Amino acid sequence: MSLLAQASEVAVSTPSVDWWGVMPLLLLAAPAMVLLHASSLLPRVWRGFYTGVTIAIATVAAGFALGLWSRVMDPDRGPFSTLGGAFGVDGFSVFVTVLLCVSVILAALLADGYLKREGLEGAELYVLLLLSASGGVIMASANDLIVMFLGLEILSLAVYVLAASHLRRFASQEAGMKYFVLGAFSSAFFLYGIAMTYGATGSTSLIGIRTFLVENTLLDNSLLLAGLAMLLVGFGFKVAAVPFHSWTPDVYQGSPSPVVAYMASGVKVAGFAGLLRVFYVAFSSERTEWQPIVYILAVATLLGGALLAVVQTDVKRMMAYSSIAHAGFILLGVQAASSEGTGAALFYLAAYTFMVAGSFAVISVVSRKGDAHSSLEDFKGLSARNPLLAAAFSVMLLAQAGVPLTSGFFAKFGVIMAAVESRSYWLALVAMGSAVIGAFVYLRIIVAMYMSDDHADLGVGPDSDAGEEAALGVPATVWAAIAITVGVTLLVGVFPGLITGLARDAVPVLVRAAS
Amino acid sequence: MLAALLASAAASPSFDYLLTALVLVPAAGALVLCLMSAQRPELVRQVAFLVAALTGLLSIALLVKFQQADGDFQFVQSWTWIKDYGIGWKLGVDGISLFLVVLTGVLFPIAILAVLPEHDSKPYYGWLLLLQAASMGVFLALDLFMFFVFFELVLVPMYFLIGKWGHGNRTYAALKFFLYTMFGSAIMLVGMVVLVVLTQRATGGAITFDLRTLANEQALSTQTARAVFCAFALAFAIKVPIFPLHTWLPDAHTEAPTAGSVILAGVMLKLGTYGFLRFGLYLFPEAARWAAPMFLILGVVGILYGSVVATMQKDLKRLVAYSSVAHLGFIVLGSFALNRQGITGAIVQMVNHGLSTGALFLLVGMIYERRHTRMIAELNGLQKAAPLMAAAFTVVMLSSIGVPGLNGFVGEFLILNGTFTAHRWYAVVAALGVILAALYLLWAYQRTFHGTAQSVENERFKDLNFREGGILAVFIVGIVFLGVYPKPMIDRIEPSVGRLIAHIEQKSDTFTAPEVQSGTEVELSGKAGSKEPGKVLAVVILSGKKAGAEELTAALEAAETQADGHGAEGHTEEEK
Repeated sequence: MSLLAQASEVAVSTPSVDWWGVMPLLLLAAPAMVLLHASSLLPRVWRGFYTGVTIAIATVAAGFALGLWSRVMDPDRGPFSTLGGAFGVDGFSVFVTVLLCVSVILAALLADGYLKREGLEGAELYVLLLLSASGGVIMASANDLIVMFLGLEILSLAVYVLAASHLRRFASQEAGMKYFVLGAFSSAFFLYGIAMTYGATGSTSLIGIRTFLVENTLLDNSLLLAGLAMLLVGFGFKVAAVPFHSWTPDVYQGSPSPVVAYMASGVKVAGFAGLLRVFYVAFSSERTEWQPIVYILAVATLLGGALLAVVQTDVKRMMAYSSIAHAGFILLGVQAASSEGTGAALFYLAAYTFMVAGSFAVISVVSRKGDAHSSLEDFKGLSARNPLLAAAFSVMLLAQAGVPLTSGFFAKFGVIMAAVESRSYWLALVAMGSAVIGAFVYLRIIVAMYMSDDHADLGVGPDSDAGEEAALGVPATVWAAIAITVGVTLLVGVFPGLITGLARDAVPVLVRAAS
Repeated sequence: MLAALLASAAASPSFDYLLTALVLVPAAGALVLCLMSAQRPELVRQVAFLVAALTGLLSIALLVKFQQADGDFQFVQSWTWIKDYGIGWKLGVDGISLFLVVLTGVLFPIAILAVLPEHDSKPYYGWLLLLQAASMGVFLALDLFMFFVFFELVLVPMYFLIGKWGHGNRTYAALKFFLYTMFGSAIMLVGMVVLVVLTQRATGGAITFDLRTLANEQALSTQTARAVFCAFALAFAIKVPIFPLHTWLPDAHTEAPTAGSVILAGVMLKLGTYGFLRFGLYLFPEAARWAAPMFLILGVVGILYGSVVATMQKDLKRLVAYSSVAHLGFIVLGSFALNRQGITGAIVQMVNHGLSTGALFLLVGMIYERRHTRMIAELNGLQKAAPLMAAAFTVVMLSSIGVPGLNGFVGEFLILNGTFTAHRWYAVVAALGVILAALYLLWAYQRTFHGTAQSVENERFKDLNFREGGILAVFIVGIVFLGVYPKPMIDRIEPSVGRLIAHIEQKSDTFTAPEVQSGTEVELSGKAGSKEPGKVLAVVILSGKKAGAEELTAALEAAETQADGHGAEGHTEEEK
């Protein structure tokens, strides 16, 4: 800290650094490094300690971010940028930062029991979670496409390793490899997109791009459109939009469940944050060009995700496809290209973060050692084996289906509202159609848990290799995660006003260079 | 907080919070059940019954305090719920919803008392109470969003009730029920949002989901209003269900546990018909008038189809389920007759259907409990062993057929009367349904109760016990009372129906201004205007009047002048 203090004193000639503005980012990244080194010195038994430290780090970072909220919402001070205008802090970045911290906390809660169960080493997973989240924060705050790319890579590289972090599971290695190869491919697309955008506009800074596009009319905008398309591919891959979704089911199925919880919440949040900032803010003058593309992407994602989920027999794969369908709903908010749409997308992301983390908390427990038992069969009779777990999972599934009085319903309502406000009536209808198809998937799981006919073998799982495992030991941290997620899902479902106001205020703005 | 609410609900002498209590008391009861121990099913059952009965008493208090002559919403409550979207916790009751609220209040405690679940009684009662709360919410909501929340929320408890405590093919039936209804409401949600957003855009005010504001200040172009009406109508048509969207009903009714069937028939089928009256006709008078011929046809088809298919059924419960399709056809017919008698009859018939079909499902459930079969072929000569049950069955059956002196007659008579004055031939064909009802019900009764018992089980068939007799007596008292002296009920319904009719006439005759947004939309509404003569003509023809040539030409001329008016309007809009 003394170093930081010193730096702020001497930061006169170099690009001005607003330390408070970048504090959440530093508080995620720096302690992660310290933790990595400390873990090699500390004795092994201190595994639970890492969870606590990670949660503490994320909480403090979120706290600092919230401290910035009042500053950027203050009409006199407002959003600001720092680091030579490359890093913008506005309500949007603060909201996303807090959301990323929440998803890290939830993933860490799940990871504790998971690592113990699987007999894995601890610290790396937590370190990578924190680093990945810091990448997400960079993406949400990036005011320059190059910085955006840096954030994307920090986020992604950490997640590639996380996917492969179960050393003894072949599927996990495979997932990591697949994710890495396809992810690197999409990053290349993204980089090409930056290059082309630079070629078309002469700048990589979002401010520069926007200023150029507003002040000039391009006679031939094919280079710009190609750049836009490439950028969209890069983001589409991160948020798992059809047709860039093919990695999702395999990676979700193979990766450790706590990591999947983070992937589905944190990575998606960061991906959408980047997408919204680049398209809604920098390319807002070109919205008539990209809106139709996002429209088609949304339709494909909604229908593809929902329909492919129907034919799955593995719950993790179902959740993977359902997460694709959810991405489609969020794209509805992006497509609207309005402050309502962005607010609705943020609300959706916030609600989904809790829903999906809660879902994977249950899946992680039920799939037992080695994540081997995640088929629909394994969920049969869960209501008899562990009624509380089944009830929690039902709440999560009903929320994902969009049943009222859960946050999932209001999330869907918000994006539909935004779509209708931007006159995309058919898109709204398609989205609700996708919701009904999705409901079928979630109900199938509920049927398996509550209404399976074979009452006889309820006491034992279908694969009764070990009697004690059928009892499903649920670690206290997982209970905590479930309690938090269920509580938030229901509370926000009844009082959505708790978040709608914040999400509306958190619309991304073009942050001009520091004044 | 819950305790305080309960206390205020029970003790509040001002009745200000009566409607909120009607929704929250059963919901709180469900929460309390969640916290109770599953090891003591008897206690759980008692608590569930007490909560449901308390809600029933509150609904009866509402009935007593209701101002008979006032057709407007009463006991209105309005709080902000979600400020950003103009959504409020708004409740109110009028003559249209009053008796459905009472029916919901009364049927639930009866269903809880009458039927014991076969297993897992704690969640069973919890779901039932939640269902009661949600149903109350649907009937009382004066905010579109709130209505939708409850409309959709109803699905969850029913889904679990059918899927977990049902018979035979229960998971299939539950899934079908859920998905069918959810599909309809998904479309309705989009329609609702379109209505709200366009209204806000046209009026320029704050966004609101308030029913009355939307009904009075709505400014959708004719074309849009019709499209949005279709979105609402689809949801309600599935929920009613109207032929050909009825296929979920026989499965759901047959596989549901007895209490579930009673509630399904008594309360949940009314959500759709109520929706038509409260939201379909009230919000989109012109579109309702435009669509009325189609609904009249579907209503008649439903009556005939339901009756014919019911005749063919081998399963007693399925027979009753199909009879519901026929009865609901009558309700749809009355609603879309769009006159005072028709709509009043439809509301009366909603209550009647709840009583008679609810009681029929209870009786079938009792038979099933004793014999573990519902096949008509396996039941015979029960009358000898169970004369009391036979007597109860007879009364309920006659009510369902619509025999004068019992309640079914009142509703059907009003509906047919109303339809006859508006659209003669529909009423003539629909009246066949009454005859068919006599056919399938009497035939089923004859095969089940008459003759001599062919098996030992049928000979030893136990008659009603005290509890069952008492429960059925409640139904029979209601059936006879409403049949002999329906005046108090109709007196309370009519003022509100009158208001609704007045609203429909006032709103559907004036051409609502098209939204002034862009050239294309003005053009669209101009087209809608030019379609008016066709509509008027259709109404003239369909009204069944032997329209003489003079009348026809007069109508056409009137329509043309009207259309010219619209054209002129369209021009002025464009010039602006």
